[in-house]
Amino acid sequence: MTPNPYLWLIPVLPLAGAAINGFLGRRSSKNAISTIALAFPGAAFLLALWIALFKFHSAQAPYYFDLAHWIRAGNFQADFSFYLDQLSLVMLLVVTGVGFLIHIYSVGYMADDDGYYRFMSYLNLFMFFMLTLVLAKNYLLMFIGWEGVGLASYLLIGFWFIKDSAASAGKKAFIVNRIGDFGFLIALFLMIKHFGSLDFTKVFEQVGAHPTETAGFGLLTSIGLLLMVGAAGKSAQIPLYVWLPDAMEGPTPVSALIHAATMVTAGVYMVARSHMIFERAPGAMTVVAIVGTLTAFFAATIGIAQTDIKKVFAYSTVSQLGYMFMACGVGAFSAGIFHLMTHAFFKGLLFLAAGSVIHGIGGEQDMRKMGGLRVYMPWTFATMGIATLAIAGIPPFAGFFSKDEILWAAYSSPHGSWIFWLLGVITAFITSFYMFRLLFMTFFGDYRGATAAPGGAHHSPAHGGHGHGEPHESPWVMLGPLVILAVLSFVGGWVGVGHRFDHFLAPVFQHHAQLVAVLSTPAEEARIASMERLELAFMGISVAAGVLGFLLAWLLYIRLPQLPDRIAKNLGSLYDAVVNKYYIDELYAILFVKPLVDGSSAILWKGVDQGVIDATVNNSADSAREISDSLRHMQSGNLRSYAGWIAAGGAVVIAYMIWMGVR
Amino acid sequence: MTSVTTIPLPFYLILSGILFVCGVLGFLIKRNIITIFMSIELMLNGVNLSFVAFAAHWHKLSGQVFVFFVMVVAAAEAAVGLAIIIAVYRTRETLNVDQVNLLKL
Repeated sequence: MTPNPYLWLIPVLPLAGAAINGFLGRRSSKNAISTIALAFPGAAFLLALWIALFKFHSAQAPYYFDLAHWIRAGNFQADFSFYLDQLSLVMLLVVTGVGFLIHIYSVGYMADDDGYYRFMSYLNLFMFFMLTLVLAKNYLLMFIGWEGVGLASYLLIGFWFIKDSAASAGKKAFIVNRIGDFGFLIALFLMIKHFGSLDFTKVFEQVGAHPTETAGFGLLTSIGLLLMVGAAGKSAQIPLYVWLPDAMEGPTPVSALIHAATMVTAGVYMVARSHMIFERAPGAMTVVAIVGTLTAFFAATIGIAQTDIKKVFAYSTVSQLGYMFMACGVGAFSAGIFHLMTHAFFKGLLFLAAGSVIHGIGGEQDMRKMGGLRVYMPWTFATMGIATLAIAGIPPFAGFFSKDEILWAAYSSPHGSWIFWLLGVITAFITSFYMFRLLFMTFFGDYRGATAAPGGAHHSPAHGGHGHGEPHESPWVMLGPLVILAVLSFVGGWVGVGHRFDHFLAPVFQHHAQLVAVLSTPAEEARIASMERLELAFMGISVAAGVLGFLLAWLLYIRLPQLPDRIAKNLGSLYDAVVNKYYIDELYAILFVKPLVDGSSAILWKGVDQGVIDATVNNSADSAREISDSLRHMQSGNLRSYAGWIAAGGAVVIAYMIWMGVR
Repeated sequence: MTSVTTIPLPFYLILSGILFVCGVLGFLIKRNIITIFMSIELMLNGVNLSFVAFAAHWHKLSGQVFVFFVMVVAAAEAAVGLAIIIAVYRTRETLNVDQVNLLKL
């Protein structure tokens, strides 16, 4: 443990930017807002980069910094302390780097919006909370960041709150996340009760002394499952994923930053951070792996039939997050974090490119009204093409390395199983198919949109400024981040070659180092060699899955463009189910929302609120009025009647005294 | 001494009670403000009678001192009260208390 006095500056810089823009932005010029909104996260990024390059030595990690005391009660203490190890360093660079690029992009994308200062302030605020989450040294500070990013997400999803759908999407995201946070919070309570601390080092020290819970439902399994509930909420896993597709109501840079690159990966980070707990609770690990695998597969199938360009990416994000949880669930935490990083590159890029498309054709998001755009916006096309290749798992793009590592771990890890692998490969095939479908529908063929549309139903406020004729390429302030992310999506996976990324993270996930040490006996060497041949074969299969997806998409959407409709018609109700996202939203509405609304209105509103609380107040007021009504006749204003009352009262007192014999 | 001892205490007290009740009834029934005023004096004198009776009975002076206080207050009250009554009569041209109701809502 080495102190590093610069750590606290990284989250606080964006907070300063958020405060300046939030309080003064309304009266500032647009240039001043942009400067502040970019300078502070930019400074945070440079600081993070400087620490990573010159101040971070694996031998001295983890670094820490105690900024201030926070809670000290009895033996329990939780401070404003920051913590930097290899894991948080990766997260730090992803969040500040991708986040900064998206800030630059937003300057172009949101330039015409009236709430520009508000938007930039929220983005900076989000950066502050996300960096707090990533750098926290204890679970409680992490929870502050966790809730804070939820708040920023709510504010930004509902950024165009005049639109009813955006406002309710924000609420939906917030409420669904509450369910997950409830689980997270109970996990924290369990830790306080049994470990007496929330500090990472102290908790993990005690967890390390705990034996592995092979059977039954022990303390660590409970904590692990509850943490997974929290992660499922934040990272949009089954059954709490429903908020993420709706969150696409927010401006596209928000979708890129919060709902693809950073915030939704917080659950993966939290599970990886708690790997000590999960490793000693195989039951919880299996649940994580199953949830991740099912989510990956399930969300990918929904992605096939979506026509809204951002909805496809939303389900794709849910699916890719499922991969990360699959990796964590089979114990390959570093593979999960690796995929988290590459995913931040290519999915951030995909969203930004989609934003560029939406921007270029006047706010239209329906892919059926796009087509042929590669002529109009070549840069967007090129960058999005690279991202598509990356997510489809085509070598040598970034997604290939991380996804392949996950699939291999899903099969070969002691916690793994061939079922995880098989579903993972099928998902990879589906992913490749729907991504190329999207690419072909958007950029190939002929332009199907209206060339001089004054603005359709999807016309978002961001594009109200300029009237739209021909589709046009976006300005360079938007294309720049696209190009940088495209380069990262291309080369970002190479850091994983030869398990370099794993070795970098190994000090965090110590088990890996132990695993390598155990396996290096001569008898095991031969097994490793055969495993490596198997790994190569598996690699071939996953690449084949990606290529197959591409070919199928090419066949259906380039070669025989009338075929998809025919297939859809033949599939009938199955196709309808997929288009309607398996009616999950409707199912939840019947199962949870409607009983809750009905119960609240019948019991809580009409029964408790009106029947008990209001009735108590009203009845006491009514009875007071009735009693006063009869008593007020005594106050006649007639002097002699008052005297009569006094005389009567005196007579009563005297009679009483005589009666009782009081002397 | 002899004359006091011949009449026992309850006689005085009963007379005092009768005087007081007469005062109360007059206060309640009459509407003329001067009659009411006189009824009050009657009540005070009823109380005074019981004071002196008790003072004589217990051979204590405090009862008689009380009576002097009451008489002083009653005299002062009569002076002020009659002045008020005259002032009221000059402005309202009536002595009926039911019509002197300016303070009533």
